Amino acid sequence: MDTGVDRLMLLVILSNLALLVAPRLGRAISLMALQGIFLGLLAIVAHSGTLTVRALVIGAAGFLVRGALFPLLLRRAAAQAGVVRDFRPLLGYVASALMGIVMLGGAMALGERLPLHLPEASKMILPASLFTIFTGLFLIVARRKALTQCLGYLVFENGIYGFGVATVAEVPALIELGALLDVLVAVLVMGIAAYRITEEFDHMDTVELTRLRG
Amino acid sequence: MTLAAILNLTLAFLLAPLLAGVIARVKARVAGRRGQPLLQGYCDLLRLLRKGVVYSDTTTWIFRACPIVVLATAVTAVFLLPMGGEPAPVSFAADFVLLAYLLGLGRFFLISAALDTGSSFEGMGASRETFFATLAEPTFLLGVAALARKTGGLSLSTVLPAASPLAPEVGLIVLAFSIVLLCENARIPFDDPTTHLELTMVHEVMILDHSGPDLGLLLYASHLKLWLWSALVAGLATSPLVAPIWLRPVIAVAGTLVVAVGVGLVEALVPRLRLMRVPHLLATAAALAAVALILVVR
Repeated sequence: MDTGVDRLMLLVILSNLALLVAPRLGRAISLMALQGIFLGLLAIVAHSGTLTVRALVIGAAGFLVRGALFPLLLRRAAAQAGVVRDFRPLLGYVASALMGIVMLGGAMALGERLPLHLPEASKMILPASLFTIFTGLFLIVARRKALTQCLGYLVFENGIYGFGVATVAEVPALIELGALLDVLVAVLVMGIAAYRITEEFDHMDTVELTRLRG
Repeated sequence: MTLAAILNLTLAFLLAPLLAGVIARVKARVAGRRGQPLLQGYCDLLRLLRKGVVYSDTTTWIFRACPIVVLATAVTAVFLLPMGGEPAPVSFAADFVLLAYLLGLGRFFLISAALDTGSSFEGMGASRETFFATLAEPTFLLGVAALARKTGGLSLSTVLPAASPLAPEVGLIVLAFSIVLLCENARIPFDDPTTHLELTMVHEVMILDHSGPDLGLLLYASHLKLWLWSALVAGLATSPLVAPIWLRPVIAVAGTLVVAVGVGLVEALVPRLRLMRVPHLLATAAALAAVALILVVR
């Protein structure tokens, strides 16, 4: 826990824990934006010393798209649907915190043992990215509202972004930006779908949607 | 026992009621009032010791034994407390387990006496207190385990001076211990020590039936517990400071007073949590301590 990158990854881990327990969608969106900013910073400092134009472009794209654009889209969708919090999530505060600790332990154990080209900057980048991926998947599974699940997908994408920054040093900027564009389109589509669901059913509780109407 | 350890003990026993006065004064100042005198805690203790005591017909020996056991465990726990970089008067490997169990023994007798009165209000307070303790004690043990692993020592006296709060893990543990301090000492946001509504009491309602010297003993024991926890948190926070040997008790006492001022500010500015949200805050503290442990163990 000596280097600045280590502490940045600790901030990412804490933001994930906060995401797991955040009851209100607004706060969860802010946390996801914060994560995007941290990971954008990571892209710039991870390959320490070699500050290439590629790293700057990817970092800036990460900042803008994950830190500003996605939260804006999600907030607008939430305002349109009138969603403030995820009532009665499938796993409550204490259970989510407990699962978060278990997932953190798993991510730490896994991150140290994967046979990958590890970045020299920090031993914590891989475990933190894995933890972000697990958090995103957990949010998709353990929450009811469609918008919270979309948020979980975005957190999952944050984690994959961090993973890519850490392990793959030579991928051209075009591919990274292409992946980012894919995620943007996915968010737009999910926003439209959430809006349509709310229009049709007056709620976006996905557990209710699985029940057949008499 | 060295001279410094005796000095630390004396300071703890003499200055513990001052902390409550400091907290009340800070609360009053933030609210724009003048507040009670700083030495009010001592006056309260003397007044209670001079009064007569009333025992209910429904109570048994447990009720009479409770204040004695609670005070005895609190006093013994202070003997395990290291202050100002000086080892505690009694220290051995894994003495923090004894500390946790001493405080648990005191709490057990407090709860038993509350149930002994046969009053449903006190039973309600007892059940709430047990619930909070169930979540707070593992946090303490997780935090101390992380500190022990990080510094390589097994006793509070070796662990506390060696753990510098500049490391992020220790910072997390200081935060978790601060939350546990507020819970163990029945402070806002867990419990309001000045409430007069029985439905909102937790600690106050358990000692509702005690009177006179019994209440005085319980009050002093709660002061000692507050001193214990404040000195623990202050010791963790000020451990990197190097000072000549005559300055160390001053720094320790000053740190403890600063923690008390912090508690007073929290009491004045933060509302008391809804009862359903209390486990959430304790789960947060436990999660922080667990994160620190995972970071240290990897």
